[in-house]
Amino acid sequence: MTQSSAAARDDAALVAGFRAGQHDAFAEIVRIHGSRLLGVARRIVRDDDLAQEAVQDALVSAFRARDKFAGTSLLSTWLHRITVNAALMKLRSQKRRAEDSIDALLPTFKDDGHHREQFISWDERADTKLERAETRQMVRAAIDQLPDSYRTVLVMRDIEGMSTEETAAALGLTANAVKIRLHRARMALRTLIAPHLQEVSV
Amino acid sequence: MTCREITDILNEFVGGELAADAAAVLEAHLELCPNCRVFLVQYRRTIEIARAADAEIDAVVVPQELIDAVLAAIRTEER
Repeated sequence: MTQSSAAARDDAALVAGFRAGQHDAFAEIVRIHGSRLLGVARRIVRDDDLAQEAVQDALVSAFRARDKFAGTSLLSTWLHRITVNAALMKLRSQKRRAEDSIDALLPTFKDDGHHREQFISWDERADTKLERAETRQMVRAAIDQLPDSYRTVLVMRDIEGMSTEETAAALGLTANAVKIRLHRARMALRTLIAPHLQEVSV
Repeated sequence: MTCREITDILNEFVGGELAADAAAVLEAHLELCPNCRVFLVQYRRTIEIARAADAEIDAVVVPQELIDAVLAAIRTEER
């Protein structure tokens, strides 16, 4: 038996245990998926303690709603969706401060419609650089700098792989608003990471 | 089409949602505009980079206190 099919079988046994309400099976599921769930919650709320609270809320809700886990989707996907929603609730419950504008991070244009900025190509070795923990840390710090309403959409669509419709429903937005925010969030993130990835002239 | 108009629909182009005629106009602009070509490459890379940076959470171990708190909350509910 290959390792992956063994893992899949273990996973099936864990899922069965979870659906039967077994605490030890659920604890094991939390051990397996917890760090990714903390990661996505952290991306949304930008605070370690709040992220942990969100994941805790999400996991308790998930256990309570275990009958509703149809098994048609992956358990990890289901847990991620619940965690995203719990993190969004935490974010909304925070005292809202005025959100920074994203405009300064978007491309600007001359009167004739040309880009003002002359874009500098990125280092072809950016892929290699990304393998370094410090580069990934730089990218995460850049994502953290995006205003809440843009960061949440980028995390849900591009990192969590949620559909436009799913994201719109979770945020109470129209599909078109999600598309516009995602587009701006990507352009702003490009602006933030560009200085770190440009070709260095020697 | 100007660079500004191209930039406005880049997300639809990248997502494959742009109508064929609009995509053709956009591609014709790209042929002539190196600056927009670089921007498009970097826009695509940004999406991949965001995903890659988060694909593996560096050295985050699930705190035992989280597991304990979840189990404690479940037991309380079951009582």
